[in-house]
Amino acid sequence: MARNVSTGRKIGTTALAWFVGLVIFFPILWTFLTSFKTELQAISIPPVFVGFDWTLENYQTIQTQSNYFHFMANSIYLSLGSTALGLIVAVPAAWAMAFSPTKRTKDILLWMLSTKMLPAVGVLIPVYLMFIKFGLLDSRLGLIVVLFLINLPIIVWMLYTYFKEIPGEILEAARMDGASLRKEITQVLAPMAVPGIASTVLLNVILSWNEAFWTLNLTTSNAAPLTAFIASFSSPQGNFYAKLSAASMLAIAPILIVGWFSQKQLVRGLTFGAVK
Amino acid sequence: MRGDRSGNAMATTHTKSLARAMMAPAVIVLLIWMIVPLAMTLYFSTLNYTLYNPFSTPFVGFENYSYFLTDPTFLAALANTLVLVLGVLAITVGGGILIALLLDQDFYGVNIVRLLVIAPFFVMPTVAALVWKNMMMNPVYGVIGQLLQAVGLAPIDWMTEVPLLSIVIIVAWQWLPFATLILLTALQSLSMDQKEAAEMDGAKALSIFWYITLPHMSRAITVVILIQTIFLLSIYAEILVTTQGGPGSQSTNITYLVAQQATSYGDIGAASAGGIVAVILANIVAIFLVRLIGKNLDA
Amino acid sequence: MGQIHLEKVRKTFGDVVIIPDLDLQIEDGEFVVFVGPSGCGKSTLLRLIAGLEDVTGGKIVIDGKDATTLPPAKRGLAMVFQSYALYPHMSVRKNIAFPLKMAGMDKAEIDRRVDYAAKTLNLDNYIDRRPGQLSGGQRQRVAIGRAIVREPKAFLFDEPLSNLDAALRVGMRLEISELHQRLKTTMVYVTHDQVEAMTMADKIVVLRAGNIEQVGSPLELYTAPRNTFVAGFIGSPKMNLLGGAEAAKYQAATMGVRPEHIRLSTTDGAWKGTVKVSEHLGSDTFLHVESPVHDEPLTVRAGGEFPVHAGDVVYLTPQEDKIHRFDDKGLAIKGNGRATG
Repeated sequence: MARNVSTGRKIGTTALAWFVGLVIFFPILWTFLTSFKTELQAISIPPVFVGFDWTLENYQTIQTQSNYFHFMANSIYLSLGSTALGLIVAVPAAWAMAFSPTKRTKDILLWMLSTKMLPAVGVLIPVYLMFIKFGLLDSRLGLIVVLFLINLPIIVWMLYTYFKEIPGEILEAARMDGASLRKEITQVLAPMAVPGIASTVLLNVILSWNEAFWTLNLTTSNAAPLTAFIASFSSPQGNFYAKLSAASMLAIAPILIVGWFSQKQLVRGLTFGAVK
Repeated sequence: MRGDRSGNAMATTHTKSLARAMMAPAVIVLLIWMIVPLAMTLYFSTLNYTLYNPFSTPFVGFENYSYFLTDPTFLAALANTLVLVLGVLAITVGGGILIALLLDQDFYGVNIVRLLVIAPFFVMPTVAALVWKNMMMNPVYGVIGQLLQAVGLAPIDWMTEVPLLSIVIIVAWQWLPFATLILLTALQSLSMDQKEAAEMDGAKALSIFWYITLPHMSRAITVVILIQTIFLLSIYAEILVTTQGGPGSQSTNITYLVAQQATSYGDIGAASAGGIVAVILANIVAIFLVRLIGKNLDA
Repeated sequence: MGQIHLEKVRKTFGDVVIIPDLDLQIEDGEFVVFVGPSGCGKSTLLRLIAGLEDVTGGKIVIDGKDATTLPPAKRGLAMVFQSYALYPHMSVRKNIAFPLKMAGMDKAEIDRRVDYAAKTLNLDNYIDRRPGQLSGGQRQRVAIGRAIVREPKAFLFDEPLSNLDAALRVGMRLEISELHQRLKTTMVYVTHDQVEAMTMADKIVVLRAGNIEQVGSPLELYTAPRNTFVAGFIGSPKMNLLGGAEAAKYQAATMGVRPEHIRLSTTDGAWKGTVKVSEHLGSDTFLHVESPVHDEPLTVRAGGEFPVHAGDVVYLTPQEDKIHRFDDKGLAIKGNGRATG
C-alpha cells in the first residue's frame, strides 16, 4: 500500500472498501439504531433508518425491569477474576520458560496448547457433576476457576512470546549490577513487559466476557453473566426488538471498545504467536 | 554471609530449580484440569448412568458407544458438524483473503474500515445469534426479508427452511474478522521488494497474487483453518439461542447433541460416550495444529 | 586490585565440551583480549568469569579469593554487553545509577558518581533521555558509564563494538584504550576482530575450540606465532602459508610469509606470477598474485603506489629473515632455516 496510485483508482477502492465494511458492520449498526427506536418503529415496514424519534426508553426499561446490572456485574467479576488468577499463575511460568528454558520447555508449551483443544463437551459432565457436589453450580467462584483454566494456555503463550522478545542480556546486566531476583523481576522485567502484559489482559478479558459454553451450562441466575442474560431473550413474548437491541448494545459495547484498541495483539494471542 | 553463599551457590543451577518451581503451578492445574474430568468422562461412558437414577450405575462396557454411534441423530449431527465447519471455513477463508487484499490497498479511511470489519469478532455469541435470528433473518420484520421483498422475491423463513445454512452464516459472520485480521497481518509482512522484483521480472497483478502473495500467506491460511476448526467444532451458544438444534435434528451438531443428552435427557453415560467421540475428533485436528505451531517455535 | 586466575576451568553442555581444562592468569591492570573465530568459546569464557554461567569444573580466583560459586553481583566485576543491554524504560541517569542503587548507596553519592561519569563520557546533554533516543555510540557510552560508576575490580567487554559502524568503531576503540590508561583497571575484552585485539591489548589470548592457542603481547603474536592457526589469524591481510616444495626448501612442512614481507619486482625474483587482482589504496598497494608455487593466490603488500594491474607479470621474493616455519603438526620451528634450493 506504499506507492502512489491514481486518484481515480483510490476513490474506487475507497467506495468498495467502505461498502464491504458497512455490510459487515451492518448488523451491529442496525442493532445500535434499533435500540433507540420505539418497539413499533423497530418493526415498521419498510424499516426506518435514522428518521425516527430517538428515545432512551429501551435502555431505561432494561435497567429497571431486568436487573441488567446484576448480569453486568457478573460479567465483570468473571472476566477480571479469571484474568487476575491467570496472571498470577502464568507470569512466573512464562518468565521461567522464556528466560530459563530447558529441553522440555517446548514440549510443555505445546502440551498446554493441546489442553486448549480439548472440546468442552468432553469434560462438561464430570465438571457439571463436581459443581453440583461441591455446591459450585451457579457460583461466581466456580466459573472464575473454569474460565481461568480454559484461558490459561493462551495467557501463558502470549506472555511467553512477549517475554521472549526481551533480550536476556538485559536481565544478565541487572544480575551483574547486583539486582536480586525480586528486583530483577520488579524493576527491570516487569516495566519492560508492561505492554505485553496489558495486551494479554485485554485479550483474556475479551475471551472471558464472550465465553458462552460454560457460562450457559454452569449458571442459572445467581452467577449468570451477560451471555446468559442475552440468551434469555431467545424465546420472548410480544414486541421486543428494541429492548433486545438495547440489551445487546449494553452487553457488547464495553468489549467492542476494548477490542478495537487491542486488535494488533489479538492476532498474536489467538494464533499462539504463529502469526505476528 | 553464610546464608547468602548457600542461597546463591551455583547461581545458574539455582535459577534453573527456581524456574521449575515457578512453572509448577501452571503445569499442575492444567494437568489436573485435563486428566481428572477426562478420566471421569471415560469412566462414565462405560456406565448405565442417568440423572433419574443416579444410585444404580451398572457397568455396561461399550454399550453407550454403540448406542450413541448407531443413533441416527449422531450421524446427522456428525454430518451437520462437518457442514458447519467446512461451510464456515470456506466463507471465512475465501472472504478473508479477498477482504484482506482490499484492506491492504491505499484508500480513504482505511483505519475506520478496519474497525468496522473486525467488530463482529467482539460480539458475544448469544448476541450475534439473536440479532441475526430476529433482526436480520426474521421473515417478516428482518432486514433480509424486507430487502428480498423490495426486489420482488419471496422472503425466506431462515430458521425453519434452512436452519443449518442460517447458523453457518451467523458463525461465518463472527469469524470472518478473525480470518481477515490474520491474513491481513500476513499480507502486510510481505516485503514490497519481492513484489517489485516480480514486477521487474514482468509478472502481472494476477501472477503476482498467485505466485508471490498466496504462497506467502499459505502459513497464515493454515493457521486460520486449524484454529477456527478447533473453535467451530465446539459451536454451541449460536445453536442454543436460534434453532435449538431443530427442526428435528437438522441443525444439531456433536457438541449440542452431547450437551442435550446430559442436560435435557439426563443420560450421563451416553453423553460421556459422545464427549469422548468429540475429543477424538478434535484431537485429529489438534495433532496437525500442534505440529505446525511447534515447527515455528524456537524454544 | 583486579587479578583473575583461572585454574583448570572447564565447561561442558551435556556431552559437548565448550572449554576443556584451561589455565589463565590475568594480572592487575592488564588489558587482556580474548580473540578467536566465532564459536571458539571466548564469550563463554567471559561469561564464566562474570558468573553468568556455572563452570563444570575448575576454579576462578579473583584477587586471591575463590569466586567460583559466587553470584555475578558479588564478584565485583562490571560488564559491557554486545547489545549494550541498557534498561529501555529508564533514563540515562537511572541506567547509570542502577548498580549503585542496587548496592544501597546513598543518593548524594550516587548523584556525584553519575555526574562524574556522565561528564567523563560526554553524556551530560543526554542524561535525561531514554536509550531509545540515543545513537549507537551514545548507547555504548552509557553502557560503559554504567560499568565505571561501580568502580569494579575489572571490566568485562563482550564484543562491545560489533554493533557500531566502521568509523564509530575506530573512535570507540580509542576511547576505551584511553579509559584503560586513565583508570588502570583490569579489562577483559572479547572480540573476533584481530585488529581490535592488536590495537588495544596488553595481552592477547588466541582461542580455538575452547583451547588457548597462544598467549602473548600483540607483537609477540605477530613476530612469533606459535602455530599456523595463530599465524593465519593474527595480521591483516593474512599470512601466506605454503606447503610442498617451497616449504621443503626451508626444512619445514609449511612455510609462512606475511604480505608485507615480500619484495615485489617487475623484472626478477624468486617466484614468478601473474597479477589477478590489484587494489590501489594510495598509501598501500595490495596484489593477489597467481603463481605456480602455490595453488591459491599469494597476497603481497607494497608500500605506496606500485603501478601494475591485472594480467601483469610480477616477481616475488620473500624476505629470508621474516620467514616462519612450521612442522607437520603446524607448530612453529625455532630459528630461521636457510633455503637450500
